[in-house]
Amino acid sequence: MSAKRSQNDGGASSRGSHRAGEPTRVVGKPLRKVDATDKVTGKTLFADDLVRPRMLYCKLLRSHLPHATIKNIDLGPALAMEGVVAGLTGAEMPIQFGILPVSQDEHALALDKARFIGDPIAAICAEDEETAEAAIHAIKVELEPLPTITGIEDGIKIDEPRIHDYGTRGNVHKVVNLQFGDVEAGFAEADHVRDDVIFFEGNTHLPMEQHASLAEWSADRKLTLWSSTQTPHYVHRALAKVLEMPAARVRVIACPNGGGFGGKSDPFNHEIVVAKFAMMTGRPVKVTLTREEVFYCHRGRHPVLMRIKTGVKKDGAITGMHFQSALDGGAYGSYGVASTFYTGALQTVTYKIPRYHFQGIRLFTNKAPCGPKRGHGTPQPRHALEVQLDKIAEDLKMDPAEIRLKHLTPPDSVTANYLKIGSMGLGECIRKVVAGSDWKNKHRKLPYGRGVGIACSSYLSGAGLPIYWNHMPHSGVQLKLDRSGGVAVFCGSTDIGQGSDSVLAYVVAEVLGIDPFDIRVVTADTDLTPVDLGSYSSRVTLMTGNAALQAAERARELVAKAVAEKLEAKVNDIVFADGRVFRASNPDEGYSFAKAVQYAEAKFGTIGTVGSYTPPRSPGRFKGAGVGPSPAYSYSAAVVELDVDPDTGAPQVHKIWIGHDIGKSINPLLVEGQVEGSVYMGLGEAIMEEMVYRENRNMVHKIPSMLEYKSPTTFEMCDVETYLIEDPDPNGPFGAKEAGQGPLLPIMPAVANAVYDAVGVRIDEIPVTAEKIRRAMRDKERGREGRFGPTKFPDVDWGDPLVVPPPWEGGDGKPLEEEALKK
Amino acid sequence: MSDHRVIPEPPKTVLHMKVNGVRIEEAIRPHKTLLEVLREDLLLTGTKHGCELGECGTCAVLVDGEPVLSCLVLGVACQGKSVETVEGMANGPELHPLQEAFAELGAAQCGYCTPGFLLTAKELLDRDPDPSRETMIAALAGNLCRCTGYLKIYEAIELAAARMRGVK
Amino acid sequence: MLRLPNFHYHVPATVAEAVALKAEHGPHASYVAGGTDLYPNMKRRQQEPHHVIQISQLRELHEVRDEGGHVRVGAGLTLTAVHQHERIARDYHALAEAAESVATPLLRNMGTLGGNLCLDTRCNYYDQSYEWRKGINFCMKKDGDICWVAKSSPKCLAVSSTDTAPVAVALGAAIEVTSAKGETRRIPAGDFFRNDGIDYMKKEHDELVTSIHLPAPNGWRSSYMKLRRRGSFDFPVLGVAVFVKFANAKGAAAKDAPVEEARVVLGAVFSEPTIVHGAADALVGRPLTKESIEDAAEAAFKIAKPMDNTDYLLSYRKEMVMPFTKRALLKVM
Ligand SMILES: Cc1cc2nc3c(=O)[nH]c(=O)nc-3n(C[C@H](O)[C@H](O)[C@H](O)COP(=O)(O)OP(=O)(O)OC[C@H]3O[C@@H](n4cnc5c(N)ncnc54)[C@H](O)[C@@H]3O)c2cc1C
Ligand code: SF4
Ligand code: FES
Ligand code: FES
Repeated sequence: MSAKRSQNDGGASSRGSHRAGEPTRVVGKPLRKVDATDKVTGKTLFADDLVRPRMLYCKLLRSHLPHATIKNIDLGPALAMEGVVAGLTGAEMPIQFGILPVSQDEHALALDKARFIGDPIAAICAEDEETAEAAIHAIKVELEPLPTITGIEDGIKIDEPRIHDYGTRGNVHKVVNLQFGDVEAGFAEADHVRDDVIFFEGNTHLPMEQHASLAEWSADRKLTLWSSTQTPHYVHRALAKVLEMPAARVRVIACPNGGGFGGKSDPFNHEIVVAKFAMMTGRPVKVTLTREEVFYCHRGRHPVLMRIKTGVKKDGAITGMHFQSALDGGAYGSYGVASTFYTGALQTVTYKIPRYHFQGIRLFTNKAPCGPKRGHGTPQPRHALEVQLDKIAEDLKMDPAEIRLKHLTPPDSVTANYLKIGSMGLGECIRKVVAGSDWKNKHRKLPYGRGVGIACSSYLSGAGLPIYWNHMPHSGVQLKLDRSGGVAVFCGSTDIGQGSDSVLAYVVAEVLGIDPFDIRVVTADTDLTPVDLGSYSSRVTLMTGNAALQAAERARELVAKAVAEKLEAKVNDIVFADGRVFRASNPDEGYSFAKAVQYAEAKFGTIGTVGSYTPPRSPGRFKGAGVGPSPAYSYSAAVVELDVDPDTGAPQVHKIWIGHDIGKSINPLLVEGQVEGSVYMGLGEAIMEEMVYRENRNMVHKIPSMLEYKSPTTFEMCDVETYLIEDPDPNGPFGAKEAGQGPLLPIMPAVANAVYDAVGVRIDEIPVTAEKIRRAMRDKERGREGRFGPTKFPDVDWGDPLVVPPPWEGGDGKPLEEEALKK
Repeated sequence: MSDHRVIPEPPKTVLHMKVNGVRIEEAIRPHKTLLEVLREDLLLTGTKHGCELGECGTCAVLVDGEPVLSCLVLGVACQGKSVETVEGMANGPELHPLQEAFAELGAAQCGYCTPGFLLTAKELLDRDPDPSRETMIAALAGNLCRCTGYLKIYEAIELAAARMRGVK
Repeated sequence: MLRLPNFHYHVPATVAEAVALKAEHGPHASYVAGGTDLYPNMKRRQQEPHHVIQISQLRELHEVRDEGGHVRVGAGLTLTAVHQHERIARDYHALAEAAESVATPLLRNMGTLGGNLCLDTRCNYYDQSYEWRKGINFCMKKDGDICWVAKSSPKCLAVSSTDTAPVAVALGAAIEVTSAKGETRRIPAGDFFRNDGIDYMKKEHDELVTSIHLPAPNGWRSSYMKLRRRGSFDFPVLGVAVFVKFANAKGAAAKDAPVEEARVVLGAVFSEPTIVHGAADALVGRPLTKESIEDAAEAAFKIAKPMDNTDYLLSYRKEMVMPFTKRALLKVM
């Protein structure tokens, strides 16, 4: 095994806002991360590593029933125990919260009803964790069971009891119905129409770090919360709201996250509970969840049942697509409304789809709430589309790589659903992996049991609209330069392991010509740093990078002016490099960076600059147009080569070739790390990971442990060859796009397609396990269809669609009025 | 059985051990795991935990040179033994070659699994200064990492091993 | 952080002291060797001993001795020590394979052979936290009175999940135990276990496993195959251990020589490692061929009755008995 890598031709041809053509000194180099040394020496302090004097410990009592009315909670026996300091129930914190303004449906502790096994209903804080744990078991609760809603079918059919008293109807949380052009006409025009039903089982993030939070209440009535969160800004909002405090008195500090992947993006019950306890007791209070509790926090990948109907011409050109998705949302809203839209948003950005109809429905069920996991709502539909495309290619006797290459969405275009595409490097990604894997000599040519599969994907580099709609920037950076030559960057972004702190340092160092390791990076502290919306939607590099770029360029401008004055040179003639500021035409003429800052400080006073970033407005003008737009889309293509053991059905992936259109790598080492990590997680989703419940036993989570929730070990991980395609995007800092999520998406469909190539069976359900493969193989041996997967999509009342004509039918991004519809 | 304490607290024992070369004397109760002793009593929080059930490898430390899971070893069972944690790997400001290589090659993303990997890898290199990929895969099969896909970790170990063998 | 409950901790100096302590505290005491089974179970409150008796420091349990051809392997050897032991790896290949397939390298540095043989039976309704088990209203193995795997079952159907036990049974090994009375006896591995998820060992509670006696290597061959989802961490959800002795003995090329003695043992499909008698019938007296292997695998498939309480669908585990038995036998061909 070797993990060779190849990068695309260096690629210094930046057409970002940085001076074009000028070689970069920091950007594009495989530098170590600014926090790498702390991480390898055990110095990084994660939330659970924090200790404060007189600290108390908190434990939550969670519901042991999936759906129940809370009749009574008696904290008495627990409070009577020695060492127990305080207790809480939902009644003390009745205000609801949630990540989306439209789904403020959570209570810090369940008020009248428990909605899934694991829903927190009471809390204790005590002198030590063991006492808190023992006290939790002394609480007397009376729960009256309610009928449970177990999954998608139930959610559609069973209206009573309702899990929540809001949403579209019954247990339907949300229905989306968007029509861009006449899809039926598209099918009529087609030479071939395929209709597939595919299921993607839910799975979870499984960060190695279990969530932890520590709250402190000061004598002057200020609250500080340290937490393993990806979104301190939204935790800040939730705390202020539920605790009824002025936001100005609440400080949230996001600790480095021991893995996030989207699982630490919601404000959580335990964060609010420890804050409340700190206020009640005047002492610091910590909570650390157990692994099992992390499974209950979940917010992971939604199980999605999908129906995809696509019409194609003989050459594979798509004439129309009708996509339906049903999402098993679990017990709370979380990001679910956005997730629902996302299952229909990005189908159009890879291949030309002239007419597109999307219908999505999200159900409330009595399980741990689903939310955003790496790829948020888009891996499931991407999987369905890429698997179907493989089948279409076979139906048309075309090469699956060719069919994709032939019909790519063009760069600098607008899609049927009004997404604005900028740079588009998917073609190059496909060509690279096809060549690298020797695809042409392998596809349908390998011996029985071995196969290759290809799939592609795209993802956002940050969402075009914020969660709370407003006109303010999505990301802000402040820069402080002082006479010592020291530079500090302040930004609200959170490093969840992806290296966002480092990106800030690299960008600023590049512009100011200094060593990134001399820069002090202060992030994710709502008191000290300007707002950044959080580490989700792969938004950080692009948005904070742009904000940092702006702040740094403004600082550069000031310093350059001062130095130009001293040297009697033109400002344009001043260069920043190697820790010096000097005249381009005569590098000896200049000053150390510190000296230069001193001149600037003398001339302008204290040097501080700010930068911010707001994404460009997208062309869609219909309800729902807010989900999908992004300043830039990344693209990926992957070829998977695997073996299927014919006797056992067990899949073993040998190698994955992945091409990723990154725009421009700010640091190729980090990008590669993100790509490899995404491949790893995608592989887990493809072949083994799943969140499953026992319907027959109270809807318990079947396997809430590291042992039984199967995460690939070193034995399952395959060799990966990464190709970074650099086609700088004008909207990215130095042309950069995202890398943290997109490369995960093609893995699952490429695996499913490779299994078909290996043994001729279609597994239309993720994960693609040995059991399913064997079952389909046996069916095939017995003359039945060699397929495993769902056969029908349930009947859904979708209501009337919102009809938006695509751009090429004269549309302007607005929906048609009713009169126009009647005609 | 729902009394979570099972029995009243037994008396504490005085534990003598060496941690990163330093003699430690600490009164602890028998049910305290080495993980708890290190993190909570000695404030050596470099050792992490992801499950406390032996299912993830995050808490790995070396006891008398052998990698074990500190979440399943009792503190009292380390009486007279020598324990090495990630805090003990560097020699003052000088990083261990493995630490250096992990930092350099991006083998630590979130860094949460890193201490466990470093110590497991250290013992591997003690046994086998030039391990093949297959050997590394087998030796690290008890450590899970959710961020890296392991590949950068292998590369870092290879680099450190080469440097330790004196290969440039 | 998931924590252990309180307990009294004992570090006996000799085997005699250890067994005396166990006899004294009766069912409220547990031996602990590596603790890799006991401590997770205690953290989940599946087991709640008031007294924990450490045995891994006992010198007697760490010896590997040749006793006139037989090899006596101390119960306190770690699994790493077992599979790395030159003699074991050479003459008792299946045992080394099984030991090396247990859990993870880190756990094998801790877990012992004795602990592996005495491993608690497993079930995914049972290997869960106290709170989780409360959600299903417990089961008869701990705190409850029904078996959720088969509600009408009068006994617990938890699965024997040890990797080395099926091999011990297949090899015809004997397990040596010492009791508080000072008696030492050797129990054939085939008689050591019981098909009952709760009371899964026939030894007395105070009896300490001190060693395992392996038969002299005289030409027979053995192998072990394990079904699990991942190459590491995972317990077996099907194990197949085989032992085949050819009539011409002395390790001579087995080709055409009829099989004189054979044992095919299934692990992880019942509450005990189970000998497939039909498989021996199919093998003995014929040379080991594709056909005889097929017949033996068929016999194994017929008796296997996995239940729905581990990873993988039970139908799949049952189906896999055929290919796994075949492969285990092919390995000794
Ligand atoms: C994540 C994980 C994965 C695992 N995977 C596997 C696997 O794949 N295969 C497998 O077989 N096991 C597996 N195990 C279980 C365990 O690690 C091994 O079985 C190990 O060999 C147990 O040995 P121990 O010394 O740690 O046992 P301990 O926990 O010390 O003891 C286990 C039981 O045996 C009793 N006992 C121990 N020694 C003796 C003795 N000498 N005499 C009498 N009674 C004794 C104890 O009282 C206790 O009840 C796994 C464990 C974990 C946590
Ligand atoms: S087999 Fe039945 S009784 Fe035994 S542990 Fe499982 S559910 Fe409980
Ligand atoms: S914390 Fe997971 S193995 Fe110890
Ligand atoms: S680096 Fe995050 S878990 Fe390994």
